[in-house]
Amino acid sequence: MDNNRETLIEIEGLYQIFGPKAEDVLPKVKAGASKEEVLAETGHTIGLQDINLSVKRGEIFVIMGLSGSGKSTLIRHFNRLIDPTAGKIKVDGENIMELSPKDLITFRRHKMAMVFQHFGLMPHRCVLDNVGYGLLIKGEKRAEWKPKAVSWLETVGLAGYEDQYPSQLSGGQQQRVGLARALCTDAEILLMDEAFSALDPLIRSEMQEQLMELQENLQKTIIFITHDLDEALRLGDRIAVLKDGKLVQVGTPVDIVLKPADDYVRAFAKDVNRARALTVQTIMTPDTTQLKGTTAKDVRASFPQDKDHAFVFNNEVYQGVLTKQKLDQLQDDDLLSDALIHVEPVRRTNLLQKVIPLSLNTRFDLPVVNKKGELKGRLEASKLADVLSP
Amino acid sequence: MIDSSWLTEFPDMSRRDLLAIRQTLDGAYRTFSRAYGESIENFFNPLLHFLVWFENLLLQTPWWLVLAAIVGLVYAATRSWKLCAGVLASFLAIGYFGMWEDTMRTLSIITVCTILSICIGIPIGILMARSDRARSIITPLLDIMQTMPAFVYLIPVVMLLGIGRIPGVIAVVIYAIPPVIRLTNLGIRLVNKETLEAATAYGATPTQRLFGVQIPLAMPTIMAGINQTIMMALAMVVVASMIGVKGLGQPVLKSITNQYFTLGLLNGLAIVALAIIFDRVSQSYAKRAQKHLEGTENG
Repeated sequence: MDNNRETLIEIEGLYQIFGPKAEDVLPKVKAGASKEEVLAETGHTIGLQDINLSVKRGEIFVIMGLSGSGKSTLIRHFNRLIDPTAGKIKVDGENIMELSPKDLITFRRHKMAMVFQHFGLMPHRCVLDNVGYGLLIKGEKRAEWKPKAVSWLETVGLAGYEDQYPSQLSGGQQQRVGLARALCTDAEILLMDEAFSALDPLIRSEMQEQLMELQENLQKTIIFITHDLDEALRLGDRIAVLKDGKLVQVGTPVDIVLKPADDYVRAFAKDVNRARALTVQTIMTPDTTQLKGTTAKDVRASFPQDKDHAFVFNNEVYQGVLTKQKLDQLQDDDLLSDALIHVEPVRRTNLLQKVIPLSLNTRFDLPVVNKKGELKGRLEASKLADVLSP
Repeated sequence: MIDSSWLTEFPDMSRRDLLAIRQTLDGAYRTFSRAYGESIENFFNPLLHFLVWFENLLLQTPWWLVLAAIVGLVYAATRSWKLCAGVLASFLAIGYFGMWEDTMRTLSIITVCTILSICIGIPIGILMARSDRARSIITPLLDIMQTMPAFVYLIPVVMLLGIGRIPGVIAVVIYAIPPVIRLTNLGIRLVNKETLEAATAYGATPTQRLFGVQIPLAMPTIMAGINQTIMMALAMVVVASMIGVKGLGQPVLKSITNQYFTLGLLNGLAIVALAIIFDRVSQSYAKRAQKHLEGTENG
């Protein structure tokens, strides 16, 4: 996505050391002592060290790492379920480490919502009360939030399940309830802690798709934790790779796959099926230049100088590809429809494997559109080739 | 010559010193009970009034009305006709064998002791669950309360308050309260960590976490504790009868001293019947109330 969005969350110099005298051990860790040394000498475990990152408004920021890398610890710092040993956490420019207990509760109620690996639903409340939980504890009346909770349940595909209890639902359904609960609070930031890891592969990929579709409309800022690089590549606008409590690399999915920062990331990226892991979004060229009209005269002036073909839209609906050559042959009053070449449009959320055949079938770029059919960019065959060649 | 008798005999404190210690402690306690006995008795007066009122209520109401009320309560709690029939049969048998009044007295003291144990025990259990320090102090106290022979703590209670219902209630509560405290603590500590984290993450206050998540989810365990407390209170009825608590315990005590086997057996069976009724009713109530919690442990 575009890089000039404003920063929403900033983490500076974050350290997390587990043990009774963490503050005393901190200087040693800052001086560069290794995890093993610190453990042997002081009995303290380093959870996170020197984490610096910034998350932009509206992006999906994935934190990836294996178990023990500290990723679940890290995400719990964003809403201070865990307090760091040292460091700053700024949300919207405000250092949340300085919040009083009361302000912290207000902050959690309004700014962030969280989805958990094992769902974290309240087994003694029905599905509807679970979805409305965030509003319920704010003191809002059930009658006020009920319509909203019902509509979110519908959105995640669980209409009619209002009066069931979580134990009556399958894992995938329970996580949909978890997602609906998070969305129902209208919080700007969504924390997702291995949200799909406990689900079986088919349901997981369904949920990923649903999340991306929702995100297209909602434009929330999402922090997503996973141990699965395929998932990270599929969902992330940017990915941070965490190893032994340290950030190894932060970059776009393409960066991670094509320019791994070290052997650790390289080892990960090597086994990735890129066609199945990367989406169109990661390699498309953002470009909304479109030709509008029905005759050659309408579009002649707006035809891009540096391209030999462009996408034609009429009444906001995609029509086809027009080449420079064809346009030059046309008279002003000739209709474009006869000159257009049909090229299938693709969606940003499509996996590369789905668009490879389309791209091979044509010598033109593929138009990338969103759900409403608006042009978002172009997919160039050369980029596709680049990313797929190891 | 050096005295080496310490090798063969334990070098114990001289008899005179021990006597002195005993006299000092006993004296001090006696002075304390003389000075404060009355005000402590006054403190417990409302409880005594309630106890007497409740006992009279059970005794003076016609037996068939009491029986109907009991069966009604059992049905309301369990929705099981089978259990109601069992309760009805047991109480009819108890009445037929002439133990109705004693059973009512026992029922009233058990009810009061259980309510008291719950009211005191659950808050202590919550405190224990919230603070490790509180737990490290309370746990050994509970160990003492459960293992110290009941007769030993009857002595200071009787010295302080004489014999009667109140010392009986205190003795029963001391004996019966540990399970409800322990299991409240355990239940709260066992509440799924992620569920609690979810509540915190959505901005629940500590009070909202306690009453909205921790206690409801700990309820099955707490109910098991209450059940155990009732059982232990019933077991204490015979011992409490030694300090003048009327009820099913007294005929048992009389049977022991006079070797009336049948009388002892009948009253013993009545206690067993009460125990089974309390147990089944409280368990099936708990089960009914927690139905939807079943099978939530799968991920």
